[in-house]
Amino acid sequence: MSEKPKIALYWCASCGGCEESVVDLAEDILFVVDNVDIVLWPVGLDFKKKDVEAMPDGSIVASLINGAIRTTEQEEMARMLRRKSQVVIAYGACAQLGGIPGLANQFSLETILKFVYEEAPSVVNELKTRPLERFKDNGRTTELPGLWNVVRTLDQVIDVEYYIPGCPPSPKLLKEAVLALLSGHLPPVGTVLAPDIALCEECSKKDTKPTDLKFESFKRTHLWEVDPEKCLLSQGFLCMGPATRSGCGALCVEGNMPCTGCYGPTSRVRDQGAKFLSSISSSIGADSVEDIDKILVGIPDPVGTFYRYGLPGSMLKRKVVL
Amino acid sequence: MPNHNTEKQWTPKIVAFFCNWCTYTAADLAGVSRIKHAPNIRVIRVMCSGRVDPQFLLDAFAKGADGVLIGGCHPGDCHYIEGNYKCLRRFQLLQKMTTDMGIEPDRLRLEWISASEGDKVRVVVNDMVSKVTKLGPLGLPDKFKSWDEEMKIFEHSIEEKEVFEHV
Ligand code: SF4
Ligand code: SF4
Ligand code: FES
Repeated sequence: MSEKPKIALYWCASCGGCEESVVDLAEDILFVVDNVDIVLWPVGLDFKKKDVEAMPDGSIVASLINGAIRTTEQEEMARMLRRKSQVVIAYGACAQLGGIPGLANQFSLETILKFVYEEAPSVVNELKTRPLERFKDNGRTTELPGLWNVVRTLDQVIDVEYYIPGCPPSPKLLKEAVLALLSGHLPPVGTVLAPDIALCEECSKKDTKPTDLKFESFKRTHLWEVDPEKCLLSQGFLCMGPATRSGCGALCVEGNMPCTGCYGPTSRVRDQGAKFLSSISSSIGADSVEDIDKILVGIPDPVGTFYRYGLPGSMLKRKVVL
Repeated sequence: MPNHNTEKQWTPKIVAFFCNWCTYTAADLAGVSRIKHAPNIRVIRVMCSGRVDPQFLLDAFAKGADGVLIGGCHPGDCHYIEGNYKCLRRFQLLQKMTTDMGIEPDRLRLEWISASEGDKVRVVVNDMVSKVTKLGPLGLPDKFKSWDEEMKIFEHSIEEKEVFEHV
């Protein structure tokens, strides 16, 4: 009936926060609904896969896909949406960089399954039952998606035109992206649709950030009181503001929690974790191996700290031996 | 880098970032004095060990290096005063991180070698080559490829299914 541009929203390995961010558009969602036709949105609307499959290839203006890719079903849906769409947008940190689910790239699939189905303290499973990919009962076969060994970013599986960063993205970025899609004035393919400056630039504490940092120790927020007036990094909290793209409005930092880096790197950085690691470690206030290591005790989990949202998209992608 | 190695006579590829003012000159001196060291290193000249961005090191591993060596001026001798200390601090944290990622500590090494220590270049390179040889190939490019095999297997199964569904 309508000639409104068609949009699909889909989720893969994600927590649902990205879906929430769509709802967080609040009254702007009415503007979106007035101007586009949503043809798939499993969280919010009752369209089926076959409805989209029946559409001609390239008939969806844009698919916004959130979540990392871990299962065969996720790949299947991503590939189908790729075919049907003119533009695919990796929506949120998991789709862009792997996100929190990407931290699983430090463990083998077997380790994860064993923990989840046998060893987790809350699990009682004496028969060690695990879900099967294929199960026959009463002559009917039930299939479950297969799990891959590796968690991947969306662009490691299908071509992606744009990225909207964040865990989750701010509704403002989503609205701007929809406006850009409607206007047809799209930036070059590969662009991250958020300001290309570091988070510190939009932080209200930035005037108290010294040019010459010197760390005598690294502090963790549950053990130390935060001075709300001062740059968190200057207090020894690992605030990733200097290595993180802005666009969130410095949400965490304004709440006196250090930035953990969910908006990913700016365009000038390839590996956000390595960049942040580099910038903070060079300011450690010690010159000998022993003294440096004493201060580094304050960073017990470098991978989880520096690659909290970006392990699959990093240079190493995954633990080398698993 | 073309891979001339066969399974049998595999030898490691080591990427070396040498400071222009010290280790690079020392490696040059070693060459001029015909000091023989294992031929496995590819040297990249940098203006200071403090210029070595951890991204370079990870990139070297990701592109196929089996080991990465950094050579800088001795403490107190850096032309840019603090560059080598910055390098040391980064190195300590980076090695902790790469070890957690499964890359053995011996694959990443930092040494202070002054311009006159041509023989130290030989000792360090030979020692590193022998240690990395014992560890065997890191081979990240091949690993990345083999990790992605699982996607191919699946592509076939979807194609089959799609053909089936479209009949
Ligand atoms: S490091 Fe963190 S607290 Fe300090 S200015 Fe940057 S974003 Fe703000
Ligand atoms: S402050 Fe950092 S972690 Fe928090 S929302 Fe912004 S980018 Fe993400
Ligand atoms: S100039 Fe040689 S390490 Fe800085």
